[in-house]
Amino acid sequence: MGENEGNREGGLIADLLGSDRRFTAGTPPRDATGWSITALFVALFVIFATWSTLNGIHAALATVGVGGVLPAIPLVLCGIAALILLWPAVQSWRQSQVAKSALAGGDLVATRVATASLREYAFSTFGYAAVVVIALFAAQFFIANELAVSRTFFQVPLIVSSLSLVIKAFWTNIYIFVIAEILVLVWGLIVAIARMLPGDAARPIRLISMIYTDMFRGLPAIINIYLIGFGIPLTGLPVLKDLQPESYAILALTLTYGAYVAEVYRSGIESIHWSQVAAARSLGLSYMQTMRYVVVPQAVRRIIPPLLNDFIGLQKDTALVNVIGSIDAFNQARIVASNHFNLSPVTTVALLFILITIPQTRLVDKLIERDQRRTRAGGN
Amino acid sequence: MAMIEICNITKSYGEFKVFDGLSLEVEEHQVVCLIGPSGCGKSTLLRCMNGLETIQDGEIRIHGDRMSGPGVDVNALRRDVGIVFQSYNLFPHMSVLENVTLAPVKVLHESRASAEEKAMRLLKRIGLEHKAREYPDRLSGGQQQRVAIVRALAMGPMVLLLDEITSALDPELVSEVLNIVRDLAAEGMTMLLATHEMGFAREVASKVCFLYGGKVHEEGPPSQMFSEPKEERTRAFLQRIIEAGRL
Repeated sequence: MGENEGNREGGLIADLLGSDRRFTAGTPPRDATGWSITALFVALFVIFATWSTLNGIHAALATVGVGGVLPAIPLVLCGIAALILLWPAVQSWRQSQVAKSALAGGDLVATRVATASLREYAFSTFGYAAVVVIALFAAQFFIANELAVSRTFFQVPLIVSSLSLVIKAFWTNIYIFVIAEILVLVWGLIVAIARMLPGDAARPIRLISMIYTDMFRGLPAIINIYLIGFGIPLTGLPVLKDLQPESYAILALTLTYGAYVAEVYRSGIESIHWSQVAAARSLGLSYMQTMRYVVVPQAVRRIIPPLLNDFIGLQKDTALVNVIGSIDAFNQARIVASNHFNLSPVTTVALLFILITIPQTRLVDKLIERDQRRTRAGGN
Repeated sequence: MAMIEICNITKSYGEFKVFDGLSLEVEEHQVVCLIGPSGCGKSTLLRCMNGLETIQDGEIRIHGDRMSGPGVDVNALRRDVGIVFQSYNLFPHMSVLENVTLAPVKVLHESRASAEEKAMRLLKRIGLEHKAREYPDRLSGGQQQRVAIVRALAMGPMVLLLDEITSALDPELVSEVLNIVRDLAAEGMTMLLATHEMGFAREVASKVCFLYGGKVHEEGPPSQMFSEPKEERTRAFLQRIIEAGRL
């Protein structure tokens, strides 16, 4: 030890550190009692705000004839549940006391542990409180102006009575997007491959596929659907002029989303390291075989998340077909809505669209996870 | 006539001349080791020999037939000239067996059964038949590189190019890969190795070539090249290898 210190003299390290450099990590932690006191105040404030909102909901329910004891039970339960917010706040306060006595006893390690735990509990309180506050704002919005918002968007009897009509019309949306998605998968790959063909001979092909992607990514889907849906029948072209509006919608959406998906494919293909191509080509595989067996299979695994994004976009854009008069869920709901002067059936459509996307996301997550377990190290 | 004749080739990347009239001959069954400082073109030379890169002037001939420049069927050339890379480059989405059988099935149009049977024989030979169904990412670097050698061998190449195949391996995994190369050399496989393993080059090479300044600066049998190199540059290069404790 003494010898080493001697060696430091005049060296680069001594120069950098100086002679009086000591460990500083061993000091007591900063006092954090303030956090736990704040947590207690926040918890109490949010609990009172909750009770006041619940009271408002109870009064609002009474105005529409759902007053009385029975509907009050869930409200009271909610009020009791709000008290849970006190738990992390109180824990945080208790840890602050533990930290104080540990510091007085000279136990630095115990002080640090208690302070860290104090902060954790305090921040948990803030996190949960924030969520409750957001929920309270939403609740206030719904009961404002004597339940005006609720009545406009969530008129339960109308939702129930129009449900089967709307769901039946939703099959049109499903039909359109399933067919369009299958076509887009194939068409997008063709465009992407065309865009990436090597060599001088393929220059015109690359150019035309580039023009296509640029055009259809720039063209709003709704205009595309409108032009194809109303324009093609007017042209009088054989076969094409007699299609169903749904078929025009499928055609238009395939053209629009094919351009997006082609770019997704292309980014996936370009993300595969050139050494994979070198390895495949060096085994005598042709360019197309290399694409087919080595590059595209790896690229597809990488592009599944962005591909799902585009598919969800496509599914939502099936609601645009109402511009060419196809009776999809949105169009059907609008008809019901205008008959009853109430938007609740449209809310149903909104919920249907949300409902179908969530399982898709989860399914794709599962598929990716399964594939990684199979091919990556460390899995089973 | 030598099996492979590389005659006076040139290649440059912009201003930088990788090859400036490089010539080299390889006889059948020879093991030729390419040594030299990094950036001297060892890997590029191997990549030019199976058409992964192009040369700008000169010729590469195999059995007297020109195998460089326009009009060459590179896919056919690559069936005869296999290459193994420094970073293995196995296909991560395919099992070991699929990696090895892909080219025989798709390029040589062998039946899947016979390709698999041949692949299993080869894998058994390198002691990895129990890994046939595993995916590359689950194998050690040494195992991956052995699979990569087998993948190249499954095409039945006339010549094997080995591009610094042990450079990415942990030291204790190097020998399992070199043992295979040693066996192949003993069985008469014609091979070109770009390598930094001087001890191994000294042991297996029929001929050692020192690449410098875009040419084969000096060549000779390993005994002479490593003990009494004639050229000043070769001596300086080997001196630095010795200083690094690698020879």
